[in-house]
This record gives sequence, C-alpha cells and structure tokens, in this order.
Amino acid sequence: MGADHSLPDATGCPDAWSLYALMKRSRLFEEAVTRLWQDGLISGEMHLGTGEEAVIAGVVSQLAPGDAMAVDHRGTAAFLIRGVDPVSLLREMLGRPDGLCAGRGGHMHLFSKDHLAASSGIVGAEGPTAVGFALAARHLRPGAVAVAFFGDGAMNQGMLLESLNLAAVWNLPVLFVCKDDGWAITTKAAVSTGGTLGERVRGLGVSYAEFDGLDVEQVWRTARDALEGARAGRGPAFLHAHCVHLEGHFLGLLLLRTIRHPLRELPGIVTPLMRSLSRRGGASSRERRQGVWSVLGALRVTLRDPRRRSANDPLVRARAALESDSACLKELDDRLVSETDAIVVAALREEPA
Amino acid sequence: MTTMSFTQAIDDALAQAMASDPRIVVFGEDVPLLRRDLLVRFGPQRVMATPISESAFLGAGVAAAMAGLRPVVELYMVDFLGVCVDALLNHAAKLEVFSGGTWTAPVVVRAPCGGGYGDGGQHEQSLWGWLAHIPGLTVVVPSTPADAGGLMLAALQHDGPVVFLEHKLLSESWREFVGHGGRRSVHYDVPAEGTRGSVPRTWKPLPLGEAVLRRDGADVTLVSVGVGVHRCLEAAERAAGDGISAAVLDLRTVAPLDRAAVRDAAARTGALVVVDEDYEGFGLSGELAAVVMEAGIPARLARVCTQTTIPYARDLEDQTLPNVERIRAAIAGLLR
Repeated sequence: MGADHSLPDATGCPDAWSLYALMKRSRLFEEAVTRLWQDGLISGEMHLGTGEEAVIAGVVSQLAPGDAMAVDHRGTAAFLIRGVDPVSLLREMLGRPDGLCAGRGGHMHLFSKDHLAASSGIVGAEGPTAVGFALAARHLRPGAVAVAFFGDGAMNQGMLLESLNLAAVWNLPVLFVCKDDGWAITTKAAVSTGGTLGERVRGLGVSYAEFDGLDVEQVWRTARDALEGARAGRGPAFLHAHCVHLEGHFLGLLLLRTIRHPLRELPGIVTPLMRSLSRRGGASSRERRQGVWSVLGALRVTLRDPRRRSANDPLVRARAALESDSACLKELDDRLVSETDAIVVAALREEPA
Repeated sequence: MTTMSFTQAIDDALAQAMASDPRIVVFGEDVPLLRRDLLVRFGPQRVMATPISESAFLGAGVAAAMAGLRPVVELYMVDFLGVCVDALLNHAAKLEVFSGGTWTAPVVVRAPCGGGYGDGGQHEQSLWGWLAHIPGLTVVVPSTPADAGGLMLAALQHDGPVVFLEHKLLSESWREFVGHGGRRSVHYDVPAEGTRGSVPRTWKPLPLGEAVLRRDGADVTLVSVGVGVHRCLEAAERAAGDGISAAVLDLRTVAPLDRAAVRDAAARTGALVVVDEDYEGFGLSGELAAVVMEAGIPARLARVCTQTTIPYARDLEDQTLPNVERIRAAIAGLLR
C-alpha cells in the first residue's frame, strides 16, 4: 500500500476509499477473532484494536519496504494493515503450527522479520524497540523510519519516556504514535497521568502533534508530515491520537461485562462490597460509603465512555465521507465480507497450508 | 473453620491484618478495582491505584517500608518484574547487609504467576527460582487457600522483603479476569483442592521456610510448589494403582528453602522427582539436587520442569508445563 519512500506522494492527498477498505478489512478480521475467542478457539487475553483503525490505517498505509514497526499487545490491526498474511495471522491466534509464529506467540507476541514488525506484551517496550529499529535504519536503510504504537497508559512507563529522550538526542527517525483512549487498563488517565502529554513530549525535545484519531484523513495528513520530517533527517515525532477502544482493554473486561449484563455480573460484585461496608475494623463509615461510590463510579464512567456513541466509531466516520456513492460502498463492503469469510475458512482448516 | 477460594483467602488474611495494623497499605495497577472490597473497608488512603510505572512504584514501596509503612505492592504479573527488578535486586534485598543489620525493608510484593490458560510466554512465567537466587529475598508460593492466607499473614509480619506469588490457575478471580473473561467455552485443568478449601476463621501466620508433607510414601518423593503440588498428588494417586508408594512434599517457601525437609525426603526414599513449573536450568530443581548431594545422601533425581519459553498454543503449552503424564514417566524412569 505504501509508496516508495524516495519519491514524493503522487497526489499529496489521502485516498478515502483505500483507507476505508483497510479499516473495514481490519474491523471484519477482529470481529471474526472475537467470535473465535468467544467460542474458546482462541485462548488467553484478547486485546482488539477496534476503535483504533483510523490511527493504524492512517499511519501504516504510508510505510514503505524497510520501515519497521514496534507494536504493543494490541498489534493485530497493524500487522494486518502492514500486509502480513491474514490467514497466517489467524492461524497463529488459533495456535496452529503453521501460524505466523508457529503457534508459539499468539496475538500478543506477533513477529514478522520480513516486515521488520515486532510485538510486545510488556507496556512501554515499544519505545526502546522502535529506537533500536531506527538506529539500524540510519546505518543500513537511510530514509527508512521506525514506528512505535502504544496507549496513553504507556506514557507513564519509564522505558518509553527514556526512549523519547534517546530518540531526540540521537536524532533518530522514530514516529511515536500514542493511541489515547483515556484508560490505563481499568484506571482513568486523570488519576494516573500528571501534567499533559504535550508538555512531557516537547520537554524531552520531540516534536508533538495532537489530533482526532477517529478521523482517518486527519491521521493520514499528520502522519505524512511527521514521516516526511523523519525520513529527511529532522528527527523523531510524537503523534498523539485520541481514539476509543470499543471493547475496552481486552475482551471480557469486567467493567464492560457488568454494564452489558448487570443482572449476571452485579451480584458477584455487590455482595462482598456490602460485607466490606459493615465489617468491623477499618475506615470510617463515611469513607466506606465513598469507597462504594468510587467502585460504582468506575461502572458509571464506563457507561458514559465515548466508545458507546456510534459517532465515535472511526469506521462510521470514514463511511460518512463515502456514502454519496452508496452502490460502490455496498459493493466494497460485500467484497470485504466475502474476503474475510474466506480467510476464516482457510484459517480453520485442520491440516496445515 | 470455613471454606474459601484461593484469592478470597489471601484477601481475607490481608483484611484481617489491615484491620489491626494501620501501617499496611496496598497499591498497584488497577488495585481499586481488583481489591475493591479492601478499598471499601479501609478507604482510598490505604488502597491505591498506580500508573503503569513499575520501577517507580515498586521502588517507592521498598522505601516506604524502610520509612515505617508495611506496603503490599501488587504487580500485574510476575513477568513484569523484568521492568523493575532493580528495586528488589539492588535495594530491598541488600539493605539489611549494607546497613549492618540496622535497617530492613518489610515490603510484600504480591504478583500473579503461572500458566495453563493460553496467555503465552510473557504472561505465564513462574520466576521464583530467579528471585530465590538473590540473597536477601524471601519467596513464597502457596498451593492451597489455607496456606495462601497463612503465608500472606506471615509475609506481612516478616521483617524483610517477601515476594508472594499467587498462581493464576488457582485464583478464582485471576482465572476469570485474564482467562475466561466471561466465557464458558474454555476449560482449564484447575486442581480442585488448590483453588478452594478449608480455611481458619481467624488467620494465623504460617512459618516461612517450612515445607509440609502432603502425602507420605516409601518408594519415591515428589517435590513441588504451587500448582505442581497438585499435579504430583494426582500422579501419586495414579502411581498407587501401579503399586508405587509416592510421597509429595510441598515446599511452600522457595527461599529460604526447608533444607532439612528436602534431605529427610531424599534419605527416606532415595528417589526424588522435582516438579517445578519454573525454568529447569539454574533454578529450584538444581538447588534441590545440590542440597541432597552436599549432604552426601545417595539419591537418584529426575526433573519435570519448563524447559523453554512457554508457547502460546494450548496443546504445546500443556506439554511444556509439568503435567501428570510427564511426572508419571519420570517416576517410572527413576524406579526402573
């Protein structure tokens, strides 16, 4: 999808149709992953990138051969959009011996040496990895860049902050992309992050841009400028993209489960809480009531989270720009659905490819 | 006596201690949600959320302990100690010696550990061998709710740093949080007696560094901690059907090791199978062999451990972690 990084982009404008197709394909893939996870065919935690599609597509669509990616535990969309074989990805998540990582990695530990794409389940590890990829690029592939993808919670991890500083003082071609949904797992950013990310990043000497990560054209334009600067040797850039995570930190997140199935989930939460309210030995009753209120508050905040409004779904926004040609849009959607169905069928085959 | 699940027992013992000792505070990522019952009972000054900043908050926990608090610092998983182990390796573990015995860091580091539910190599490690290797650290790995609560109380009362490892497969809440996630379509091989059992109504501290014989036997001794203890018990039960009398020793504490119990076990049967979910090389299993050899006790040894990075695929994972079949094969090999 990306142009040769040594030539200027032909039009200088984002292609709304191909960006939408990348996003839709990613969404359909992750919906299929969700069904397989629900059915127990994919094990362990599952961190989806649904809600991040505009950020990933807007950046990754502009990467060229030789560019590297360091992604977090939520790397499926990035790998897919980068061009890693979707059947190989899905077979990896199904634990098949011919999956991308021979069934050893799973979705949190995806690696493709051919694409110079590496994942980590350790929050913040994307920072040093991207810096290292960029260092190698400077020596071996001048003009190539490294991209790090991470969430806002990772911005409190020392190694990521150190990486910003290192990239700045070594003047490396790194794009630090922060997908900010306002949550560090189940803790709101307000109680975990002091100051502003902008002040932090600029303070470390890295150029900073903040924008709406739900608008794929805005992502594309901001990323284009940052990539151009990095390729031209002007140093690292930080892209602060506001987005949502439609399924929270991971599938089956307790807060979301409770909102969606209150009758099933609340009794298990409320009964021990009520006992704690009355047990002898502890805080004052006023503090205890405040404690209950703050626990219920986490549920309230989840209920009001922007992810629940469809206007905050990046796919809905991207479609809106294309709806004037509804026939073409429907044809594209239908084609992408069949492609995804074929991927799932191929992935579920018992024998190796 | 009453019945509790594994994590319920730990939290109950912790609550009992917090009710009588106001110096005990709990903090870590998502602690207000994970320990919401403690938050409601003891208030937000004592049960706190941290940013994803392990180096800062573990280091802070060590120093807070030096300055008079009794912190329980929670890591999301033991694997993430990789990010911040300096606080333990170079600080908490060394303080007592460096200060000529005058200063200690009574901090409890509570971390989920272990695999068996398909989370892959960076989220399922044990690492108690790696930690026990560092002089100055106490490392406990309970295998039942009763021991979990008793060892938590002991950890809180200990005048030095303790790493308390909570096996996710035994924990009803961790299994649900990172394993099931609301699904009923996945099944894990959870040892019934490890995840739920009889506990005292009022907790008393269990002695640190004291193993317990879970099952007596004359032909071979199986030594383990955590989930491994239950795999051993099942293997011993099956071996009895083949006329083999197998003892099962639950170390409970990895550091300090109950050397006397290990020596006695080796001397009694002369055949030791170490079942250790942690990595095989340079760890607990090798340490047990050294203890036996140094005492001049003639004994044959077999090890059933994790030999490689834990793979993600469930079938591969089941073969990589110690399982009952591997233990039975080891017993058969030893007694041939």
